[in-house]
Amino acid sequence: MNALIFSAVSGVIMMFSSFLLNNKNSVRVLAHVLLLATIIANIFELRGISFFHIDTRGMLEFDRFALLFTLVANVCTFAFFLLSSRDLEKIGNHYSDYFSLLFFILAGIVVSSSFKSLLMLFLGIEILSIPLYILTGSDKRNLKSNEASLKYFLMGSFSTGLMLMGIALIYGATGTFQTGITVAEKVPVLLITGMMLLLFSMSFKVSAAPFHFWTPDVYDGAPTVVTSFMATVVKAAGFIAFMRLFAEEFGSIRPEWKLLVGIVAAVTLFIGNITAVFQQSVKRMLAYSSISQAGFMMLAIYSLSNDAKEGLILYAAAYSLATIGIFAVLVRMKDYTFEGFNGFAKQQPFLAGILVVFLLSLAGIPLTAGFLSKFYMLKATIDGGSLALAIFAVLMAAVSVYYYFRLIQSMYFKTGNATISGTTTGFKYTLAALAGITILLGIFPNLLTNWLYF
Amino acid sequence: MIVLLLFLVPLIGGFLSFFIKNDKTVRTWALLTSVITLLISIAGNTFAHSPGQLHFSSSWLGSLGSSFSLQLDGLSQILCLLTAISYPLILVSTWRSSYKTANNFFALMLLTQAGLMGVFLATDALLFYFFWELALVPMYFLCSGWGGERRIPVTFKFFIYTFTASVLMLIGLLYLYFQTPDRSFSLQSFYALKLSNDTQSWVFWLLFLAFAVKMPVFPFHTWQPDTYEQSPTAATMVLSAIMVKMGVYGVIRWVLPVVPIAAYSWGDVVMSLSVIGIIYASIIAIQQDDFKRLIAYSSIAHIGLMSATLFAETKIGYQGVMVQMFNHGINILGLWIIVELIERQFGTRKLSQLGGVAQKAPALAILFVILAFANISLPLTNAFIGEFLMFSGIWSSTVTHYNILFTVLAILSIILAAVYTLTAVQKVLYGPESSITEGTKDIHGNEKMVLWVIVIMVVVFGVYPQPLLRITDGFVDLLLNKINVAHLFVK
Repeated sequence: MNALIFSAVSGVIMMFSSFLLNNKNSVRVLAHVLLLATIIANIFELRGISFFHIDTRGMLEFDRFALLFTLVANVCTFAFFLLSSRDLEKIGNHYSDYFSLLFFILAGIVVSSSFKSLLMLFLGIEILSIPLYILTGSDKRNLKSNEASLKYFLMGSFSTGLMLMGIALIYGATGTFQTGITVAEKVPVLLITGMMLLLFSMSFKVSAAPFHFWTPDVYDGAPTVVTSFMATVVKAAGFIAFMRLFAEEFGSIRPEWKLLVGIVAAVTLFIGNITAVFQQSVKRMLAYSSISQAGFMMLAIYSLSNDAKEGLILYAAAYSLATIGIFAVLVRMKDYTFEGFNGFAKQQPFLAGILVVFLLSLAGIPLTAGFLSKFYMLKATIDGGSLALAIFAVLMAAVSVYYYFRLIQSMYFKTGNATISGTTTGFKYTLAALAGITILLGIFPNLLTNWLYF
Repeated sequence: MIVLLLFLVPLIGGFLSFFIKNDKTVRTWALLTSVITLLISIAGNTFAHSPGQLHFSSSWLGSLGSSFSLQLDGLSQILCLLTAISYPLILVSTWRSSYKTANNFFALMLLTQAGLMGVFLATDALLFYFFWELALVPMYFLCSGWGGERRIPVTFKFFIYTFTASVLMLIGLLYLYFQTPDRSFSLQSFYALKLSNDTQSWVFWLLFLAFAVKMPVFPFHTWQPDTYEQSPTAATMVLSAIMVKMGVYGVIRWVLPVVPIAAYSWGDVVMSLSVIGIIYASIIAIQQDDFKRLIAYSSIAHIGLMSATLFAETKIGYQGVMVQMFNHGINILGLWIIVELIERQFGTRKLSQLGGVAQKAPALAILFVILAFANISLPLTNAFIGEFLMFSGIWSSTVTHYNILFTVLAILSIILAAVYTLTAVQKVLYGPESSITEGTKDIHGNEKMVLWVIVIMVVVFGVYPQPLLRITDGFVDLLLNKINVAHLFVK
């Protein structure tokens, strides 16, 4: 509750800040302060201190899982602010509005990760999506950005329609919007149909194959700063909602969807990884990499165990931190292709070293958070009884090494003149801190996962 | 405590090396670190016998059922000693090679050493996997960063190959973890498992594949000659002297005792592959003109013999493997130094362009010839002891029906080794001088010293192998107890 109110109010404050504060620096500082306040408020709630007592009539439940993910999302957003808030300035003139939209997205994330009613899920997903449509098109003079925004909006509203239809069918079958249905021996067809529609629309939101076609174009067309945010925090939030929905609403009819989710996971892994191999632009590679990582996160929904829950939180953190870090460097590069990174290590040895940590984490090499999060997923999958899926997943992880290491090769072993601008000392230290967290979580994941229980 | 230091000293030394910018200082620092590691290792092998010094266990990832536990037993002792001895020799013998950004080079070298030590010491499956990758990743950077012309694709192939195999191993280990009653990754729990025959079979392949690629066993060897050829010599030395032993070690530690029935039933297949590999690699080695590739193929043949012996399941064979792991590491180190010296002096590794070196460089010639003899495993050299034990091991094997056939074919490798090694000796040392070798200078200084140390070890362990055999003795008995499948049939 704390985080929801704080981020919603912050969004409103940021909206007004554009004419109250006429200095871009003060707008930025204000946004940082507000987000920090949100984080602190959320930590208070994790420790059992809630500032607000509002009767949600059981439609929202702020359990530890939701609160912990909110914390992860907020901290990742904070990292994103620290690294990239200056780049937001370059998109257009409505600087404070962008922050305000980001805060609204955060509010949507809180709702969609703590819903107890399907209506709240719908609201949460919409609150989170609409600002994203706007942000995607925020580079108004750029045709690609416009195209991406329109594409995203059309496809997004289509999937929202599917979701509403699904919710309606489920209501028809069960007579309630509350999650946690109990089903009799025979599962009603309406419920199954509704479940399928929800599965499709959620797969669309998290860009799981075969509903992923919008992803590369939208990620590529959107301003890179925005892509960095939507490929990480927003996608992870989609998975948390997905997980919650399938654990609580459809947990009792698991045999009906388990195979289907398994197939979606496998197809996502396959398409994401194989297509990423052929990309020439790092930005598009990261778009496909986000699809392939989504395939791994789907494994959590496939297995739905405690391991999967812990793993998903860890995965969200590991993946978001690493990807935000890489994007923050990418934004400052002159050339987004792999060749554009040639000789990067010679000019920026410090940054290159940090990027290597992020790439190793994404590839799932031990001693990084990325490895352990993949490990949790595999463990949950094998525990869930599907060894074949786990083997397929690791083979795909081995494929992913190809494109992540290609960037390392460009940076370290090829000569060229990579050009990067605007790297301040603060920027470097922030990145180093993210890399430090990545390694720390890779050695002691309990630092994060223990919050689920204590 | 000693066991922890073995791993921590190179790790910390490696991290600190990143920050030493001065070329001379960082070399000295790396050498110092490796010498300290060597002293610790010797201490561990000689006078530290209390369990407190040879075991270390601390909780880590408790929720996952994994703990940070290390142990120094007979098998680990031999391999840690090999790692510890090799590093100073490698560093001294390549003292004059110049590297751009030397601090990174030596840091990665030491980190690799830390990973190797960890692999040989870990008694927890997850920890083992961590170290397995920790040894691989710095090696990738070493070979890609400082190697020859085609280094980038070649090293990448090596990395993808081993990484793919190792993630499959991870799945195998995870599966075993779920079979343990107490959900634990510890070696003891794995050893206590009683799996059904079918399960053992595919778990065996999941695990064995990773080790087979690393060794490499015949159809999985294609990464090896290219990688050896393209890597900087110091890295090649680590790869061939120590890293391939990770595969042999893995089979002894994690495959044979865990899935003994599968090891028994697939033994013939693996032995056949190994024997094919021995002959195949030897024949290719005969054709090689590039000295580095010749040694690479010769190494495949030697390792093939070890992997064949692993599945013969005899005491004498295992002792041979363990002794030979050490000896092979020492010998191949010497050969690489010779190659490095030749390449540095003449700018080529092509055997056909060399000749007549012996007249002007007698010291080089003597040392080279002794090492060549060791490579053919002539009596009085250390390799003879190891290989002889292994041949007797295969011969006396009771788990395979084809023991005599395998032995005969494997012994062919000695003849073939004589062909290619002596040809190389002849082409380099004797015959008319070529235009390149006219101004030959003899070796001196560091390299000479290192080569003498190696040659002395070759002869000493050839004449008096008792110290090594004694280390292996107790361990092999324990091992045979665990992998003996005969009692299963009685039941």
